Amino acid sequence: MFYFVVRRFASAVLVLFTISVTVFLIFFATPGVDPAARIAGRSASAQVLAQVAKEFGLNRPLPIRYLLMMDHLFIKQDLTSYVNIGDRVVPQITQAAPITLSLVVGAAVIWLIVGVLGGVIAAANQGKFIDPFIMFIGIAAVSVPAYWLGEVMNLLTQSKFHSSIFAWVPPPGYVSFTTSPTEWFLHLLFPWLTLAALYAGIYARVLRAELVNALNEDYIRTARAKGLSERRILFRHALRCSLISIVSLFGLDFGALIGGAALLTEVVFGLPGVGMLTYTSLQNLDLPVIMGCVMYGAFFVVLANAVVDVLYAYLDPRVRLV
Amino acid sequence: MGEVVATEEHSTIDLTGNGVTTARGPESPWRSSLRQLRRNKAAVAAFGVIVFIVTACLLAPVYAHGIAHENPFASNLNGTIRLGHKTVNVLQANTQGLGLGVTPIGPTWHFSTYFLGADSQGRDVFARLLYGGRTSLYIGFVSAVICCVVAALLGLFSGYFGGAIDWLISRLFDIVWAFPIYLLAISLSVVLLTSGINVLFIHLQPGSLFLPILIIAAVFVPYVGRPIRGLVMSLKQREFIQAAIGAGASDWRILRKEVLPNVMPSIIVFFPLMVAFNMLTESALSFLSIGVQPPAASWGTIINDGLNLLYTRPWVAMAPGIMIVITAGALNVLGDGFRDAFDPKAKLRGSI
Amino acid sequence: MLRVRDLAVSFATRQGVLRAVDGLSFDVGRKEIVGIVGESGSGKSVAIYSMLGLVREKNVTITGSVLFEDREILGLSDRELQPIRGGSIGMIFQDPMTALTPVYTVGWQLVEQIRQHLHLPKAAARQRAIELLGQVGIPDPKSRVDRYPHEFSGGMRQRVVIAMALSCNPRLLIADEPTTALDVTTQAQILDLMLKLQDTYDSSIVIITHDMGVIAEMAHRVVVMYAGRPVEIAPELDLVRRPRHPYTWGLLDAVPRLDAKNERLHTIRGNAVSPLDLPPGCAFAPRCDYVMDQCAQRPPLRGDADHVDACWLSDAQRVTIRQSVEQHS
Repeated sequence: MFYFVVRRFASAVLVLFTISVTVFLIFFATPGVDPAARIAGRSASAQVLAQVAKEFGLNRPLPIRYLLMMDHLFIKQDLTSYVNIGDRVVPQITQAAPITLSLVVGAAVIWLIVGVLGGVIAAANQGKFIDPFIMFIGIAAVSVPAYWLGEVMNLLTQSKFHSSIFAWVPPPGYVSFTTSPTEWFLHLLFPWLTLAALYAGIYARVLRAELVNALNEDYIRTARAKGLSERRILFRHALRCSLISIVSLFGLDFGALIGGAALLTEVVFGLPGVGMLTYTSLQNLDLPVIMGCVMYGAFFVVLANAVVDVLYAYLDPRVRLV
Repeated sequence: MGEVVATEEHSTIDLTGNGVTTARGPESPWRSSLRQLRRNKAAVAAFGVIVFIVTACLLAPVYAHGIAHENPFASNLNGTIRLGHKTVNVLQANTQGLGLGVTPIGPTWHFSTYFLGADSQGRDVFARLLYGGRTSLYIGFVSAVICCVVAALLGLFSGYFGGAIDWLISRLFDIVWAFPIYLLAISLSVVLLTSGINVLFIHLQPGSLFLPILIIAAVFVPYVGRPIRGLVMSLKQREFIQAAIGAGASDWRILRKEVLPNVMPSIIVFFPLMVAFNMLTESALSFLSIGVQPPAASWGTIINDGLNLLYTRPWVAMAPGIMIVITAGALNVLGDGFRDAFDPKAKLRGSI
Repeated sequence: MLRVRDLAVSFATRQGVLRAVDGLSFDVGRKEIVGIVGESGSGKSVAIYSMLGLVREKNVTITGSVLFEDREILGLSDRELQPIRGGSIGMIFQDPMTALTPVYTVGWQLVEQIRQHLHLPKAAARQRAIELLGQVGIPDPKSRVDRYPHEFSGGMRQRVVIAMALSCNPRLLIADEPTTALDVTTQAQILDLMLKLQDTYDSSIVIITHDMGVIAEMAHRVVVMYAGRPVEIAPELDLVRRPRHPYTWGLLDAVPRLDAKNERLHTIRGNAVSPLDLPPGCAFAPRCDYVMDQCAQRPPLRGDADHVDACWLSDAQRVTIRQSVEQHS
């Protein structure tokens, strides 16, 4: 088991390295993208361009530039933005991180509860009305573009019903928990619901499918022949075996979201998290910030992948022998 | 568990002279799957919905020129339309608030003109919706085809040949998949959209629709490729493949005649889902202005257009979203139906 | 102990009504071992599962009567069946590789059953679990009790399943092809084990198999099934020495003999009948070498007190046929 963990994390580091190289190449090695022009502005003179290039080390060969950027980003941590000259990248990310964390954790709690409940109820009542009903809602949730749902939420809470039912909904934006817990909660409520809707749909559908499969397995028949109650069979045997895939799924999703995959939700609701930062930096082609955000996001995705693999071995004893 | 034997082939010998019961020939698995699919009412309904939407969108030019007599891509800031007996400005001066600026008209609910109202450029939203649908469906469909074909090929080679090829392709999958999808798609789009691609034999202009198509297809290749690879690897262990190898069949022959037909059901099951995912991804990219570029329109760009009008003329942003939900939903239902009919054991995630 | 009368199980399928079991009746006495033998698809497993409510398909119809210790158990709800399942009636399943829940240790699963029926505290239940594992021949039970199912071989897993089935001292043990998935040596060990335990616990056994060798080894009485119908029921010795039904003849003749000269193995001609398409008369008629006009009518189970069969052949005809068969072999 120990070697398994070590090997897993070693390959994670390798993947991170590859990602950093890939991102760097995408932004720096693609013909037609000229960082100097971006920084100096479109109508800058050749002189200004040359100066900018010198200042930011843009004339050095590619590998050197890569190493320099990595050095500034990770070791010295004084990488500065191309757009907001002087602003350091790392603090921007660390400031934005708790906001994303608040969004993701809250949404995760909601979607796990709703998703698991939905999946269990649907599987336990196969064939009755509630089963296809829940699945229908699940499909609808999965087919909605998250950003559009967010906009619709905004439409309803800020405009259409703002004076009546939703008068208590604050305008888009973020209030930190330490400033005012109630405001923090109210500002995050609808973003939570929007983000959770998509994932709850997925999880309910996946769990139902897994449960139905598990319930057809031989060991369920054995459990029934042992004289166990249907409820115990469902929860202690079928669900326990189905949870394995739900947990791995959750690990991957959670990791990706922490890393900034919720950028559309953040943009729509005006939450200045890592996703929003990624988005604005992409729009401005602010390459150091992009680099920082992508590495941040990739780190969590890769970490989540590795953690999930290890967790899977813990949850499913059959895997441990590998 | 009871042994429910559903035979597809049997014959009975007539002994008593009471008439021969008919012998049914063996039924091909494809035929029985199709039959099961046809019986799935939800899937059939979903298919009908998709056909309807596709047809309506394909008829966009017919609507725009034949019925509404307008050009939905040209600004129409000073245009007027006839409503009943009145002639109404498409963009009307604001009377509320500070009385500044103009607001486009809302839905007229007249099928022949400005059914859903106008956008901020005075263009007919409904007509643009149909044209946008063409683009969105086209991108979704084509990128799904490319994605499935490439993923199937990579999965086949990787799973069957193993060794160095497998290692290389798997690492490729790992790298692409390790990126948060949106991040990769957005990064590539940001970079490539302004410059186009001029690599080897691929020359694409910045405005080409194939840029988002290729980017979205590439990003999702591991999603389909990895399960296919797993499937091929487990198929390779099965006896009929071993038998074919033992009989001296060449690799190409085995791939073509033995492996591919057994992988097809999985690919078929993936296909509608990939169309749905790709459409959703395209709409997200277009919403961020890094997908479909003007003057072309897609459902995502129209939603983006409608953002400024969200509180005054919500239909501009709502309508394309509703269309996406219906189309993606129908594709998902169809995908579920395919899975039940062709490959019930497929483990499909719900979405990205 | 167990009285089954006219048990019939049918499934409503798209292709028609599938009669998996069609009029099965037999008795099991105290400490008796009854073997149910037949080909795949003969309905033997379905019959047993339906008795305990283990057939969960929605399209099933079960009729008849099953009296367990003078109580009708057919048609009872899950909740009413719970004390019986695993408590008074223990079941052993065919495939040991998939019979145990993979995520819990063997001890946990044993304890779960013990506590469900015997209401012992945890420590006592665990003790009993270790005892049981020892009784079924698992070496070093104290440490093995905390192992997961996949850490056991097939034969060992089947022993665990047997331990589970016996854990609450059931009066009736039902074994569905308990040795089919195992190799011959293990098969012999398992059967020995079951006989020994039956002696210790005083339970009756119903053993389902397609292997006449297992029948010879274990059964006191035999029920031969074909196409969901019983075709012969007799004490084991009687069945082997004086079989009456042509199908039984086929089954017995098919067993390879060490003392036979080089000859082709006997087979029963034709294919197993499909339960969707049972002929109106005797189900075995299409494959029978001795079919007569009368066989268009379904023969009833008839005969002596403890040896019945469902065939129209008279005793005289049987004697003639068997004599000529013997001369030719």
